[in-house]
Amino acid sequence: MQSTAYHQLETLRENNVLALKEAKEAGQHVVGMYCLYSPAELIVAAEASPVMLCGTSQKPIPTAEQHLPRNLCPLIKSSYGFASTDTCPFFYFSDFIVAETTCDGKKKMYELMEELKPVHLLQLPQIQDKESALNYWLSELEHLKEKLEQTFEVTITDEKLHDAIELLNDERRSLKELQDTCRHKPAPISGMEMLTVLHNRGFALDKRATIQLVDQLTTELNERAEQGISPLAANAPRILLTGVPVGIGSDKVVRIIEESGGHVVCFESCGAYKKVEPVRQSDNPLRDIAECYLNIPCSCMSPNTHRYELVTKLADEFSVDGIIDLTWLACHTYNIESFSLRKHIQSAANIPFLQIETDYSESDSEQLKLRLEAFMELLANR
Amino acid sequence: MNQISIGIDIGSTATKAILLINGTVAEHEIIPSGWDPKQAGKEVFDSVLKKGQLEAEQVQIVVATGYGRITLPFADQRVTEVTCHGRGAHHMAQGTQLVVDIGGQDSKVIALDGCGRVTDFIMNDKCAAGTGRFLQVMAGVLDLSLDELGKLALESSPATISSMCTVFAESEVIGLLAQGASKGAIAAGVIDSIAKRIPTLVSRMPTTQSITFTGGLANNPAICHRLEQSLKLPLCVPELPQHAGAIGAALIGNDKLTKNK
Repeated sequence: MQSTAYHQLETLRENNVLALKEAKEAGQHVVGMYCLYSPAELIVAAEASPVMLCGTSQKPIPTAEQHLPRNLCPLIKSSYGFASTDTCPFFYFSDFIVAETTCDGKKKMYELMEELKPVHLLQLPQIQDKESALNYWLSELEHLKEKLEQTFEVTITDEKLHDAIELLNDERRSLKELQDTCRHKPAPISGMEMLTVLHNRGFALDKRATIQLVDQLTTELNERAEQGISPLAANAPRILLTGVPVGIGSDKVVRIIEESGGHVVCFESCGAYKKVEPVRQSDNPLRDIAECYLNIPCSCMSPNTHRYELVTKLADEFSVDGIIDLTWLACHTYNIESFSLRKHIQSAANIPFLQIETDYSESDSEQLKLRLEAFMELLANR
Repeated sequence: MNQISIGIDIGSTATKAILLINGTVAEHEIIPSGWDPKQAGKEVFDSVLKKGQLEAEQVQIVVATGYGRITLPFADQRVTEVTCHGRGAHHMAQGTQLVVDIGGQDSKVIALDGCGRVTDFIMNDKCAAGTGRFLQVMAGVLDLSLDELGKLALESSPATISSMCTVFAESEVIGLLAQGASKGAIAAGVIDSIAKRIPTLVSRMPTTQSITFTGGLANNPAICHRLEQSLKLPLCVPELPQHAGAIGAALIGNDKLTKNK
């Protein structure tokens, strides 16, 4: 894409490795995170930098399999592999890792990761609508707050929390506005480009600068949308991708969808539309944070009806032609949930639905191509 | 002037061609795909032309499908086998709403709207479980041809083969042989394990009153028999079931010619 803002965001990850090294040498504290459930507000309020860690590449998986079983989700294997081969600079520079008990595979993997780096494990409840679950989650955030205060010798005041919430709500606002540019028909940015921005921005140290950059891109994209400019064919079937987290390196399905003539206009996934709801502010900021995070529509929750509602709503708002539910191999929660999601979609909206189960490797690319091309033909013939 | 369309389906095991003249099947051909899909595609093309006493220049459109569709240089259009099988099955069994296709390396269930348009589909996992390849490997272990295996299976009651994977199932069959199970029981067990896999795919698609069965395995009476039993639905096996994809491709080409007239 011809855009300075996009180009800067495209190279942001690499550039931030250097920035991170310098910041670290100047005494900046860094806390690594893998998952959307890690409350970055607390880390920011502790004057440390929250950074996303690597886990979206096939490369370190063979090494990870020396310790982990093969039939485990590729995201868990990749995350552990990057850590154990020491090939993720963000992991290397992290003072400690904030992790959470989202699924069985992850929580047991973190036990092994502990050997490599201090891990603070948040015990995540698995139900959303119970007061007891919220109180439990709140107490977990209190533990994290104490841990941050002790480790970095700071006091996290309500005021600091408030400021952190403001900053990260602004980040959510900017990411939502960016993704909302794709409500235009045709969408002004390809799914692969959108994913690049959403993925890279997580590695940024300077949140304010990144928000500005994203806003600048959004303005440009809205201008393009007004003029009807799109990088892909104007009549390309519009796809909503839901399910497991995707990023650069684990973008196989997004790539094949767009090579097959589709256009991913909405990502109902962790770094994307699952992350746009702001923290509601009251006089108890920690509780506000706990509430916001517990509402994330992840398949580790049971039941996870918010996800069905969100997918249906987004499908309508983004005028999508088809829904693709991506499941990483051995991700039981998303895999099982796909059955219910399909049923929900079929009763709530007349939109074709396809589940894809795969891993990070290229071994099934041809088979995936067949399924995705056939799905695009199905959509085009409707 | 006659409207001449050719559909070529380059599958993992067999390559099929259909010569369609004015929307009617005039000639058909099938050969093993071998290691060179491009060459196989060229060969069936030449063969149906020769049978129909036509020159390549007289062909107005060539539509390629199957996994080898990308490699066929002279195709005017490439369409996936899901769409083509749907279209082909609709032509062979008017108004069909559910198609089961078992090919050399995958099996698929396709839901249709009654007019040949695909509304939904589901395919087996990426391994060869329950496909033609599975049957070939098992026939190899038993030292039987596919026809012999089918015949033998019809005469025997099945041994249980529970492995989902071709490689594991092969070890399981060798184990059964070592325990003294008869060839017939194993042959019936092999057929059974394929027939039992399909209902799980079918159950994920909309319900229907009958099913059209296409693909190479539909040529095997033992499979048809057991599949009908396990699906508990009448099975319609059209003429030339293995050519459903090529027929669909040729029809899609023919539709395009008609539209552009």
